[in-house]
Amino acid sequence: MDNFSVGVVIFPGSNCDRDVSWALEGCLDIRTKYLWHESSDLSDVDAIVLPGGFSYGDYLRCGAIARFSPLINALDEFVKSGKRVLGICNGFQILTEAGFLPGALVANKNLNFICDDVELDIVSSKGGWFNNGDEKQTIKLPIAHGEGRYHCDSDTLKKLVDNELIALRYKNNPNGSSFDIAGITNEKGNVLGLMPHPERACDETIGGTDGLFTLKSLILK
Amino acid sequence: MDQFAVKVFVRLRPSVLDPAGEATKSASIKLGAEGIKSLRIGKMIEVKIEGNGENEVREKIDLLCDRLFANTVIEDYEYSLEKL
Repeated sequence: MDNFSVGVVIFPGSNCDRDVSWALEGCLDIRTKYLWHESSDLSDVDAIVLPGGFSYGDYLRCGAIARFSPLINALDEFVKSGKRVLGICNGFQILTEAGFLPGALVANKNLNFICDDVELDIVSSKGGWFNNGDEKQTIKLPIAHGEGRYHCDSDTLKKLVDNELIALRYKNNPNGSSFDIAGITNEKGNVLGLMPHPERACDETIGGTDGLFTLKSLILK
Repeated sequence: MDQFAVKVFVRLRPSVLDPAGEATKSASIKLGAEGIKSLRIGKMIEVKIEGNGENEVREKIDLLCDRLFANTVIEDYEYSLEKL
């Protein structure tokens, strides 16, 4: 995997881009490259992370403006080619706004910005994003969001359940998400969106390593 | 070219919980307002736009509403249009 390179996208208002890069480079020895949102050339990256933050100040709706960036326009072909895309927090919001993943993320039920560690059940192995070696079925990751309540209509929820597209569910739903959903994949499994931050759980000294495997799985084919 | 003033109203769909509306309803009751049965918060977007006639402008506004102003997974929209 010497030449494997992960593109970390920066929008105006992204603030987890350096954390993601630190986790990939420093903890996993995976090369990263920052991609400015106005770039549409994705030819020299093998996977992409849309990091957390507040792209365009969350104006209109979270992720609504970022969706129209040249990079997101170019993402369609990237995803169709089977390459992997990970959207974390605001990245997840952008993926739903852009239609890569179904549903939407709306204001937390209790209106609080929630900053906490949460326990999550691994529901689906689709895409291999959570197949950690010790087959741990519950992981702990940090969340930090004001608008992380996953919402979809009942037909979409049925499709998610029937096709095993629900990747993660909260053990103790913190934000009112439908069906306790914390993360979902597309049908092919190469796109994952999740509200928790795996890049903030990559070293024991900052509280855990349960996020390592998800980031490491960016290099899976 | 005709110019139009458009007011777009974007509302959360009835099936989507509106916690900000609930909080405002609670504050309204604390203020002493009686009889509030429901309170939901939406957005109003004002656009001045020109085009060749109302039909062309409606097409543009429909596109804007459907693709940008509202996320139809969670929101409904409607608009009024006035020729200037």
